[in-house]
Amino acid sequence: MSETDQKDIQDMDFETAFTALQDNLVRLESENLPLQEALSLYERGQTLARHCADLLDRAELKVRQLSMESLEAEEE
Amino acid sequence: MTQFSFYQPQNVITVTQLNSYLRQLLENDEALQDLWVEGEISNFSRATSGHLYFTLKDSAASIRCVMWRNAAARLNFSPREGLAVEVHGNMNVYEVSGQVQLYVDAIRPAGEGALFQEFLRLKTELEVQGLFDADRKRPIPERPRVIGIVTSATGAALQDMLNTIRRRFPIAEVVISPTIVQGIDAPPSIVSALQRLNDEVHPDVILIGRGGGSIEDLWAFNDESVVRAVAASTSPIISGVGHETDFTLTDFAADLRAVTPTAAAELATPDRMKLLGSISETANLHTAHLREMISSRRLGLGQASNDLVLRSPAHRINILRQKLDEISQHLDRTIHHQLERKTLQFENLKKSLQDLNPQAILNRGYAIVTRLKDGEVVKNAAQVETDEEVHIQVSLGHMNARITQTNPGEVL
Repeated sequence: MSETDQKDIQDMDFETAFTALQDNLVRLESENLPLQEALSLYERGQTLARHCADLLDRAELKVRQLSMESLEAEEE
Repeated sequence: MTQFSFYQPQNVITVTQLNSYLRQLLENDEALQDLWVEGEISNFSRATSGHLYFTLKDSAASIRCVMWRNAAARLNFSPREGLAVEVHGNMNVYEVSGQVQLYVDAIRPAGEGALFQEFLRLKTELEVQGLFDADRKRPIPERPRVIGIVTSATGAALQDMLNTIRRRFPIAEVVISPTIVQGIDAPPSIVSALQRLNDEVHPDVILIGRGGGSIEDLWAFNDESVVRAVAASTSPIISGVGHETDFTLTDFAADLRAVTPTAAAELATPDRMKLLGSISETANLHTAHLREMISSRRLGLGQASNDLVLRSPAHRINILRQKLDEISQHLDRTIHHQLERKTLQFENLKKSLQDLNPQAILNRGYAIVTRLKDGEVVKNAAQVETDEEVHIQVSLGHMNARITQTNPGEVL
């Protein structure tokens, strides 16, 4: 797998990586895949899985709060 | 005795018969079998058996009430002395004492009935308008990127939801849209909080709710404007209002109803441990598939390699070479055989030839006589005449001779 691919994966958010991981398995399991292509899909899958697990392990819940508009302000 | 005859024996009934008759009368009156009665509780007592006994009274009248243990166990509040209530039940007579009393199967605080009627009316109205239709329900995303929360910023419910999301799916981003959740200002506040989330944030899912409280506390979530806002939300909504037993119209309008705020947060998020399990399983499936692929290719390679050997030019050359060898050997054998045969033939011919060689005959003492005049071999005495000269060939040398006498016809 090329370094650009590696970097692309590192930049993925969890959902993108998780979906890509599932898709990757489907592609790997498709029939008549050349071995070379299967090998690079395999490598990509492992990288995606590691990235997903890393994101889950490192994640810290981000919480933000919208300001509460006063009812008076709404009526203006 | 005329006075005595006034009391006809057939007109006298027993007390038991009287109370039994009374019981039948009450039981046959449908109106008395399905009653809501309002009044104030007094003389309240809870027997050790668990049955409740009290008197329901208003300013002018009172009636004895009994509530059996199993019905009393279903109460979600504690009846007490002096409380204004509405009770539901049927009238009957306690035959032992002739006491006519109300057998209660449900009690609710007074005023709740009106609220409940309004709840049912609005529920029917919105139901008819299709706000609660099953086909309006949108699917809840499995792994939301952004979770919106509409609840009180100070309530325990918010902390419960945040803790649940943090524990299960900390990848998500939470946006809190704070609101007042009870009182007269609550409905417009909830509608506006929901609106801000939908307009400014577009969360993948919105949790709306509050912790448990009295039915009045939760009432904002039965407000028509709130219910309509929930139904109209662009993001799918999970409601978690109050406790398991509380049903609000918001719950009916939401895409998914959770029994509590914590349960709503659980329904909105995948479990972290299960996700990690699924990720590692997917990675393992990658490995398993590649392994299988390689081993099946290896098998195929062996097969192909065999095929290739069978089809290779070298293999064909070998086969031809072998064929050549066979032909060559066959040729050798054939030639040898022929040669032998010819040699034998030759030897036989040679022998025949030797046998036929005139010299050999001459060697045995014979002679060949030819006429001198024309060289004709003399095989018959008649061929020659007397005094004719002949040539005689013997084994060693030759000579001429003159015929002195001929005797034709005599065979030796």
